[in-house]
Amino acid sequence: MTEYAPVLVGSVTKYVVVESFDVTPADLAVRAYEISKGAMIKETCFGLVINGKEDEVDRIIAELRKVDPDHIFIKDRGFPPGDPRRCRANLGGARPGYHGMEYEMRVIPYVSFGLEELKKRDENTVTPPENPLEHKILDIAKLKKMINAQES
Amino acid sequence: MAKVFIYPSTSLILSDMVARYGHTPLSSAVAIREKIQTAGFESPPLQMTPEEPKKGLKWAAVEVPSGVRGRMALYGPMIENCEAAIIIDNADFAFGCMGCARTNELIKFLVRQKDIPRLDLNYPQNEEEGVKFVAAIKRFLNGLGGAK
Repeated sequence: MTEYAPVLVGSVTKYVVVESFDVTPADLAVRAYEISKGAMIKETCFGLVINGKEDEVDRIIAELRKVDPDHIFIKDRGFPPGDPRRCRANLGGARPGYHGMEYEMRVIPYVSFGLEELKKRDENTVTPPENPLEHKILDIAKLKKMINAQES
Repeated sequence: MAKVFIYPSTSLILSDMVARYGHTPLSSAVAIREKIQTAGFESPPLQMTPEEPKKGLKWAAVEVPSGVRGRMALYGPMIENCEAAIIIDNADFAFGCMGCARTNELIKFLVRQKDIPRLDLNYPQNEEEGVKFVAAIKRFLNGLGGAK
């Protein structure tokens, strides 16, 4: 067994995903470089990957959020940017985890719309969403239709 | 600031919303980061060693596949530490190359067994559902108190 020596120990990595008509990943990258003090910043097709000390990364992210708060989304990442175990340049095909992000990118415009709307409305006036655990009662007309379909 | 377990634990939307409203999201990235920043024996790509399925025995029986037990070594401590949970029920992408259906079932079961505030949702499919989705999460997280 080979010994494993980790790199960038104590650092954190975060994704900054931008889904906006006004802001591009390049705009965010320029802003991030302006305010960064030693953090590693990588521009990608969907936004940025930022690696550095936790305080520094949090500071940069807080500043970046101000650019377009309802259209910028942040999440943690386990691996540092360009890690050969995860980077698609080494693996070929999409990076593991990209498919999940790709799926959520289809939903994010609705979430952004929700965030914008809640600036104008109080969240307590909005009706709660459907509970996925509640079993819907089968409508009698639908049941009758199913029985008829079975008989014919 | 409450520790909120999110499912799917790789979710960008949930991770962002929890942090946005002042709480700490417990996501798989943080658990993976801990693994890959700890020295030991080389076990690429996620530094999961034969020790993990043994640790997973705390949450899954020995006849359960080692893949489930290994994953539970990551998710189990997060479920134990969480003070609240948000679960998205129709996250189909969490099965397949992204993860294991049986682990997902076990995670949801363990979270639902725990006596903590929990929010069950579906992904929004239009703008109106988007508003309801965000409002429900905001109400839930504000209700937890102690937001940063």
